Order: sequence, then structure tokens, then C-alpha cells
Amino acid sequence: MNETLQQIKGRFQEAVAVEPGLDGDVVVLADPRSSRGALLEVIGALRDQGFAVLTDLVGVDYLQYPVRQPQRFAVVYILSDLKRRQRVRLKAYVGAQDPVLPSVTHIWKAASWLERECWDQFGIRFEGHPNLKRLLNHHEFVGHPLRKDYPIRSRQPLSENDSLVDELVLRLRQKGLVLPAIEAPLVSPGARVSDHGEEAAPGSPSFGARGGAASAAVIERISALPGVLAEPEFYRDLHTELMFLNIGPSHPATHGTLRALVALDGETIVAAVGEIGYLHRGFEKSTELQTYNGVIPYTDRLNYVSAMMNNFAYCKTIEKMLGIETTERTKAIRVVIAELSRIIDHLVCIGANLVDLGALTNYWYLFNVREKAYDIFDRLTGARLTNSYGRVGGVARDFYPGCGDDILRVLKEAEKAIADVEQLISHNRILLDRLTGISTVHAEEALSRGWTGPLLRASGVEYDVRKAFPYDGYEQYDFEIPTGTVGDTYDRFFIRFYEMAQSARIIRQALAKMPAGPIFLDIKTAALPPKDDTYNNIEGLMNHFKLIFEGVKVPAGELYDSYEAANGELGFFVVADGSGKPYRNRCRPPSLLAYAAFPEIIEGHMLADAIATLGGLNIIAGELDR
Amino acid sequence: MGLETLFGNSIVTTKIDSVLNWARKNSIMPMPFGTACCAIEFMGLVSSQYDVSRFGAEIVRFSPRQSDLLMVMGTISYKQAPILRRIYDQMPEPKWVLSMGVCACSGGFYDNYCTVQGIDDIIPVDVYVAGCPPRPEGLIEAILKLQGERIGKETVLGRPEPVVSLPVASRDREGGAQETVRH
Repeated sequence: MNETLQQIKGRFQEAVAVEPGLDGDVVVLADPRSSRGALLEVIGALRDQGFAVLTDLVGVDYLQYPVRQPQRFAVVYILSDLKRRQRVRLKAYVGAQDPVLPSVTHIWKAASWLERECWDQFGIRFEGHPNLKRLLNHHEFVGHPLRKDYPIRSRQPLSENDSLVDELVLRLRQKGLVLPAIEAPLVSPGARVSDHGEEAAPGSPSFGARGGAASAAVIERISALPGVLAEPEFYRDLHTELMFLNIGPSHPATHGTLRALVALDGETIVAAVGEIGYLHRGFEKSTELQTYNGVIPYTDRLNYVSAMMNNFAYCKTIEKMLGIETTERTKAIRVVIAELSRIIDHLVCIGANLVDLGALTNYWYLFNVREKAYDIFDRLTGARLTNSYGRVGGVARDFYPGCGDDILRVLKEAEKAIADVEQLISHNRILLDRLTGISTVHAEEALSRGWTGPLLRASGVEYDVRKAFPYDGYEQYDFEIPTGTVGDTYDRFFIRFYEMAQSARIIRQALAKMPAGPIFLDIKTAALPPKDDTYNNIEGLMNHFKLIFEGVKVPAGELYDSYEAANGELGFFVVADGSGKPYRNRCRPPSLLAYAAFPEIIEGHMLADAIATLGGLNIIAGELDR
Repeated sequence: MGLETLFGNSIVTTKIDSVLNWARKNSIMPMPFGTACCAIEFMGLVSSQYDVSRFGAEIVRFSPRQSDLLMVMGTISYKQAPILRRIYDQMPEPKWVLSMGVCACSGGFYDNYCTVQGIDDIIPVDVYVAGCPPRPEGLIEAILKLQGERIGKETVLGRPEPVVSLPVASRDREGGAQETVRH
């Protein structure tokens, strides 16, 4: 027990217990309801000790867990101290009868959607949450699917999508922009919003008293918004109306799965709310039925633009639970492939964003390089996109002869294409005007929102899992963490160019000193035997058979582990019960917390710029909705 | 004999169906309903290496009202299903539907509480493409198949009545009755 936790223990006495966990100590609140408010106090104390970032908030249902737990449910708060590079887990048990915990939304903005998800999936209520709606499942859904007594195939069709108008009105009210006179027509059931494209919703509220001129108070408030013409007189005679506009989920810039409902004053967004879950495909529930290696294909489809990074992130978590470390060669292979994946992920982000902004040429340049990288993946893994290359304790197969040279050649072509694109856009006045100073997120706000990866670094925080919690031998490579200065769309967009350059540096170093040796560990209970053994002797075959059919037996325990994926900190929180299948498999998606911020950061900006902001966030729906 | 003998080389006679179908199949306007991984392979299809314009299908329309081929690319959840249905209904006739990848075709390995087990529960499908995700070559094959077997055989007289309201059904893979648990 370290000093920090000793202080916590000393202060709260028997209300908390500090238990050793697989990855450091865990602070446990066996019954947060008996000492009401203890949870918030403990969180406050931990925060004072430097654990200032809420990395993840995870629900667990222990109904079928072999070891009896104090209560049926638990909510695990994973808190990080980015300065001292430490993490602590706070576990609060919740009873099955009326499961309720105090909300932490007033402490961290990130908690808002994380608590909504926990309510949606487990039915744990958070007292004091401003808008505890379902997040991933649709609004007609009954029950909570991640509870162990919810049958996985119990399907619930939806008849009509949520209009979101109630949420937007709530948001307008929070900002003091709704007059009582206009609320009546809004709550009528006729207020339906189009699902497709940019069509005005019927029942758009009028700003003034039913079509009259805008009231002085409202004009004043609009004028105070950034980006709004600051001349109250301008609005005096104007018949000012707010228009509700639905964007997505089927919209070219929202990539089929993101949705936002915005209230527009002219072309300026006054208030916005977002909705996700259109690609929710039950990753966490489905993987509870798979063996540990069987989960890997599901992880491919989280961030499918750089699938292999997800494989490695997941395998790393399981390896840590098993207490093993892969061979030096596997580590180097993972670094090379992961950094190449990061490059091609950023290529898609930049290319797609530029298409959304009307600069199509760049997309052809960048996607050609991606195709070249696919050729390598084809030969190495047998798939272009969803590669399933990682394995617990190794990788699926070794580099083919000449793979390193192929990668270096692609790297060169990529650098050429990136340089071409940079030349095309970096001095383009239209592009710069649309990116600079838009949707600025300062460092403190970015941390509160739980942002990680390029987004956090664009806001000027030098946090990179590769440096903070090194893995796969990243500490031996020479590379820098590029950071932004302002945290606007420009920074979030251009930081990816610098990251790609650093990734190329790492790849060259790793390939130059690629160690020889086996790719799988010689640990029969964890890593698959070499293919030679599997095909040529009975022990190898049986070993393979046992590991595939029964799964790798991971000892009972809980662990959170993180990985620097292309979009930020990709974490897995796994609860093992000693069998070959994960009891609970939580994925901490960087995109979720990025998109949670989107509706708020576009407020006060032009509608067209919101599209650029969305592109800069690089939301990948598979990872967002899981 | 035919009219050709009368007018020489200045006139070609044909059937109206052939002319219409020839035009339709070489100027497909796809509406990409891309939700997941498959959409990334669609990006590959429209970029330079695979260049779908060789098959006359590169003018992508994001408005269903301007398109005639609905390409459903990716997993469709129950939350997404009403929107897919609505997009389909908004497309003018004649229209065709391409189901790309195992998720759209059958739900794939997402056999769970939130995933539609095949989009043909919601909308009629003309051509299915296997794969997870299919390679762009698979999509090209599907477009060729669609051009030959579907669009090429359309007739102005025999177009079936449009299906207006297929219910959003819940199909159980074992063929059993719909199972909905209320808590």
C-alpha cells in the first residue's frame, strides 16, 4: 500500500478497504449506501492526492461470479494521475435492490456519458445526473443487457427513433435560451424530426413569444454567444427564430452512425445534443461467450481503421493478467505493425476530413498509400482490414521474408503522399479559416472530458501511454510527443501529421534492430505452440486443441490496462473468473469521450465548421458504440 | 425485314427496355449506407486503385431521392433499422439494394440483443456480397451481377409493385418465434 492510499485508509477507516489488485491497489467501498456520501468524499480525497482524471467508469454484475461478492453490482472508477504516472481503481459495490450511486458529473464532464452507459447496460442509477437517458440502446428498450440474467439473444426491435427534442430543450434551458411560451408546442408528440440529412424539423420553436419579435433578454443572450453578431439592434426588428436541424445518422459527414440535433440561429449553432448507439453491436456481451483468443476477431471491429492495434491492446491486457511478457521479437513486430496502423489510421482521418471540407484530391493521394499498406497486410495476415493478427502470448505468424523492406518502401511512399498533401493544404486560406480558432478545448477541459491521444495532446497536454506506461519496449525507441498549443480544430487536425512522422521514426528504429527468435512464448498454458508442433506431434496438437477449445485459463482477478491506439487511450478492463472465457470484458473507447464533447464544443460556431470539428475528432463508430 | 434495310445505317432499332436498362446499368447512382467496417472497403472501391467509375457507379449520392442503388455496408442495429427502412422508402423506383458483408446479410457473429439478423428482415435485397468485409473486388462482382441479372432484365411493363411496408421483424436464427423478454 503506498502512502497516498494509506492516508485514504487512515481517514476513512472501516468505510473503505484497500486490497491488492493485479495492477496495484484497489480502494473498495463495500457499501457506499451505509455511509451516504462516502463515495464522493473518497473520490474527492483521491482527487486531492493527484488522481485528477477519470479514465473510465465500469459497471460489473457479479450475479454468476464464482466467488461471492458483498453486493451484486459494482461500479469501478479508474482514476489516473498523469503527472506521477499512476492509476488507482475505486470499486463501489451496489446492491441489487434499487442500485443507486451519487453521480460524479459535477466533478468530471467525462462522467456524463459513462454514467449514462452504465445506467443503460446495468440499470445502476446515478443520483444527480442531469440527464440519465439510455446511451447505446434505443429508447424503447426494456431491461439492461449487460446484466447476467439478460439473455443475449433477447432482441427488441424499435418502432420509431427518439426525436431528441426533449434533450435539446433541456440544453436550451440550461443555457437560458428557452422562454416558457415556446415550451408547450415542443413537448407535443407531433414534434418529429427527420432522420435523414439536413431537413428542418417541423415544430421548430420560435424564439419570441409565438412568432413575435425577439425579446430583449433573448437578444442579449444570443449576442453574448461567441461567433454571433454582437449588435442587439440587428435583431430588434428581425423575426428571429431558432431552427432545429437534425444531422445524421445517415449523413455523409457523420459516417452513417453519429447523430446530432442542433438549434440554429441563422447558421450559428446555439445549442446541440448528440446521440450514439446506431452501431451498438454488443461487443461486451458477445465477448463474454468467447474464449480469450476468440475475442480477438471482435476487437478487430472496434476501431476497424487500425484493427491490429486493438488486437495488441487486448492481448497485452490478457498477458498482463497471466503475468507473462511476450518475446522480444513479438514486441518489435507489434511496434512496427502498430505504428504502421497508426499512420494509415491518421491517413483516413485526414483524407476523410478533407473530403468533408471539399478537398477531394488529397483523399486519392492518401488512400493510395493505404492500399499499398493493405498489400503488406494481405500477405502477412490474409486480410486487408480486419486482420486478427494478435494472439495471447504472441502474434499469428512471423514476418514473411522481405516484409521489413516492403514496409520501408510503403513508408517512403507514405511520406511522399503526406508531403504532397501538406503542400496542398497547409497554406490554403480557406482550409485555415475553417480550422483556426474553431471549437477550442483548453487543457483543463480536455482532461475533464477524459480526452486522450491526439485530441488531448492537441490541447497541449503531453500524455502518451507509450511514454507514461511504456509497453512492448517503447522505452528503447527515440521519439517525441508532439503537442498543440491552442486546442482548436487546426491543432487536432495537423497534430496527426507530426504523429505520423514520429511513427515512421519508430518503425525505422524497430526494423533496424529487429531481434531474432521465436514469436510465441514457450508457456504451454498460455501461448499457442508453434505450427510445426501442432501439425507434427501429438503433444503440440493437444496443447493447441486445449488452448483453442477451452481457452487460455486466466486466473481470477480484475485488471485495467491501456494502450496508445490511434485515437487515444484504448483500455480494457477484464474481470476473469478462472475459466477460459472473460467474465466481463469492458472496452474503454477513446472515441466515446471524444464524441460526448462534440455537441458542446460546436455551440457558438457555424454549422459548416461543426463538420470540420467532427472530422478532426476522428470518431470511429465501431469503437464508439461497440 | 427490319426497318434497318429501309433507312440504312442511320437508324438502329431496339426495344425500349434495352435502351432504358442500358442507360440505367451504366449510370448507377449509389446511396452508400455505410455504418461500419465495410464502409472503409467502399472507400477503397471508389478510390483510384479499384476505381468504380469503370463500371459507371462512381457518382455517389448521399440523398436517397437522387439514387437508385442502396448499398447497405455494415452492421444494422435495431436502433438503425427504422432509419434504413425510411431511407429505402425515400428512394424513387426503380431501385435496387446491395447487401455488403456478413453483418448486413445475416448479422454475422453479432448474434445478440441489438443486431438485426440480416437486412432482408427490413427491406428487399437484390444482391448479397459475402465477406467480413468483402474485398473491393467482391463489390465490383456484385455490381456486375446487379447490372447483368437485375437491372439488365428490368422491363417497363413487368416491374413488380413496390413493397411499401415490410415490418421490422425480429428473426430468431433457430427459426423459433420472436423472443422478447420484459423485465
